[in-house]
Amino acid sequence: MPQYLLSVFQEEGAEPPSPGQAQMIMARVAAVQEEMKAAGAWVFFGALTDASSATVVRAAGGEVSMTDGPYAEAKEQIGGFTVIEAADLDEALEWARKGSEACLWPVEVRPFLGAPPA
Amino acid sequence: MSLDPDEFAAIYRREAGRCTATLVRVLGDIDQAEDAVADAFAVAADRWPADGVPPNPGGWITTTARNRAIDRLRRESTRHAREREAMTLHDPAPDPPADLGDLDTVPDDQLRLIFLCCHPALGADAQVALTLRLLGGLATAEIARAFLVPPPAIGQRLSRAKRKIRDTHMAYRIPAASELHQRLGPVLATIYLIYTEGHSASAGDDLLRPALTSEAIRIGRTLAALVPGEPEAAGLLALMLLTEARAPARLGEHGELVRLADQDRSRWDRVLIAEGHELLRGCIGQNRPGPYQVQAAIAAVHADASTAAVTDWAQIVTLYDHLQRLCPNAVVALNRAIAVMEHRGPAAALDALDEIDLPAYHLFHATRAEALRRAGRDGEAADALRRAIALTSNAVERRHLEAELAGLG
Repeated sequence: MPQYLLSVFQEEGAEPPSPGQAQMIMARVAAVQEEMKAAGAWVFFGALTDASSATVVRAAGGEVSMTDGPYAEAKEQIGGFTVIEAADLDEALEWARKGSEACLWPVEVRPFLGAPPA
Repeated sequence: MSLDPDEFAAIYRREAGRCTATLVRVLGDIDQAEDAVADAFAVAADRWPADGVPPNPGGWITTTARNRAIDRLRRESTRHAREREAMTLHDPAPDPPADLGDLDTVPDDQLRLIFLCCHPALGADAQVALTLRLLGGLATAEIARAFLVPPPAIGQRLSRAKRKIRDTHMAYRIPAASELHQRLGPVLATIYLIYTEGHSASAGDDLLRPALTSEAIRIGRTLAALVPGEPEAAGLLALMLLTEARAPARLGEHGELVRLADQDRSRWDRVLIAEGHELLRGCIGQNRPGPYQVQAAIAAVHADASTAAVTDWAQIVTLYDHLQRLCPNAVVALNRAIAVMEHRGPAAALDALDEIDLPAYHLFHATRAEALRRAGRDGEAADALRRAIALTSNAVERRHLEAELAGLG
């Protein structure tokens, strides 16, 4: 079955939700993950620390250089991602809809290249 | 035996999209389906002059395309099995590749293809280009002319869209009832664009391209029957039928364009008008107005006028105001300006035209020319007509505009 990367894009420096809201969002996200597991769609999930903690490493020319901060200077950065298996794009888009509804951020759906390992 | 090139072109226009729709299902890949259909038409061009056109040319093309594709796949299968697997469009219930299935499922295949081409994950521009290319059988250059963009831009748009369909594993199916409403908007827009392209061909010597208009109406009918709870689907069908009813009067004896005002209304198709009216009553009764229903209502006002002089232009301007609120865009504003010219005269029309930004659209300049001529400003009218002539690539429209220009003396 095709695999898709669902990336959650969060606005850097956005007002954090109140503790009550955060708890509600986490409960809703957990419920969607449970639903994915029950449906056999769930492959992997990971939440990320703030993008300011990122380091970019460049070593193509043999010389190693590092820069502090995320690769792309964007207002929105990936805050977490889920890898799912879905029969087709419509199914993946439906999981993305549920995910975005739960976490309140936009979710990008991107297929993996080629067939997944058996 | 020989084969009339016009007949061959007509068969291509009529059958290419239908055959492609079935071949996409059978082969599970758009590019392979297009190649196979092109191969089959090449075989037809070779054989039909000697053998004659088969009684069911579409079935012949589909079968030949299927056989050619299978031969090609067999040749390539040992070398490219893995790549082909990776490239295959996902089909939730794949047919065995050798099985064409019941040819009566052709309308279903076309609906599958139009929902694929109009998938909301594709941009609107890509949806339109794909539908015209795959269902309409239009060449890239024709699509480019219809949308006033350079051909390479359309080529890129098409290949990018097809790659996305393949890479994201879009399904080849008719959406479930619960998804239909939201999936319908882009489908209606593309069907109507196919209709308007057929009604006023973007290029060549024919003003009308009946295969496209009848194809759009046919898909529109299938769609309206499939979604009876969606008044805009019936509204679109009513609009196309009421416009199509005027087709017999749109061209003169020598293939020249006859304007609405000068048409012999006894030649309008009363059967289509009656069907359009009935559809319109049915969908307006649902009290969920939309742009297609309003445009159909405008066409119905024209159909009700036994002569151009008794047209209820006040009603038409009111309907265009309504339409502009529903979908504000420059082409709607241009059509409203034409109604304003009839209702309130050329000065009011010129004021309305000053607000419209359509410098690359020949009908904008043709409309301005008409308003200027009526206002007695012949010199400026001639300039506007020359601009319109330079911008149209349809030979019939160009001749019409040149005759207008000559008339200004």
